[in-house]
Amino acid sequence: MSGAHQLEPDLWLERYGTYLFRYALSNLRDERLAEDAVQDCLLAALQAQGGYTGQAHERTWLTGILKHKIVDIVRRDSREKPLDTVDLENPYGEFEAGFDETNHWAAELIEWGDPASAFENKVFWQVLEACLAAMPRRLAQLFMLREVVGADTEKVCQEMEITPTNLWTMLYRSRMSLRRCLERNWAGGEETQC
Amino acid sequence: MLNCKEVSLLVSQSRDRRLSWSERWGVRLHLWICEQCRRYQRQMAFFGWLARKLEADPSPMTDAELPPDARARIQQAIEAHRHDGCAGGGHCHSQE
Repeated sequence: MSGAHQLEPDLWLERYGTYLFRYALSNLRDERLAEDAVQDCLLAALQAQGGYTGQAHERTWLTGILKHKIVDIVRRDSREKPLDTVDLENPYGEFEAGFDETNHWAAELIEWGDPASAFENKVFWQVLEACLAAMPRRLAQLFMLREVVGADTEKVCQEMEITPTNLWTMLYRSRMSLRRCLERNWAGGEETQC
Repeated sequence: MLNCKEVSLLVSQSRDRRLSWSERWGVRLHLWICEQCRRYQRQMAFFGWLARKLEADPSPMTDAELPPDARARIQQAIEAHRHDGCAGGGHCHSQE
């Protein structure tokens, strides 16, 4: 307990409540689940205080705990609302149509440019949100778990009781879906108007 | 020689598992000659930046506020938890 930072549990909710809620909501895509995640996180953090070394900033430490709770909540959510039966036989699924008969891309891909400038663009966030909302809920959650929360592939497989192959297929579909949606509605938007 | 369709699947999987030696070489060779797939690879890498951005500040994605009733409920749960003698990292019963 000799690090530079200290924990002040009395101030957690006041200081980080909004941040933790927004982070959880971005990933879980459901207000109720995001509220549960914040509560689970703060209660777990109270218990885990003894293990805090002071190396990380308080908020970073809490975010680490929140990430674990987000994985737990997606698992619970998936037990309550099982995945719609997705045909995982052919990994390409509907995205097969994005390739021609010689298995080249059927349409030219668009350059998205620098992430930093995209992130400053309000339209990008609106489109991203709409694209995730249009995706099957489970695919969007899995995408966020892997790409944003950074949950370990093996852990996700265990928690969700799916095989690695099924997980890879679902993640491929989610990335292809988001890629196509962003290209149509954000990156390609200006060019198609000409 | 891998085609674009196969490369699209492998580039996605490379974000979730370590590709085999031959898969890695197949992808590398294909990317060397295929501008379209290089673009695809950059699009996939774009997603990695999203994680950093959202962790630093999720506000652009959602500006929702923690609802007051939820805030009050969480505050209560924290206080109840601390009354159980859980503060300070001592032994306490799990919430679930």
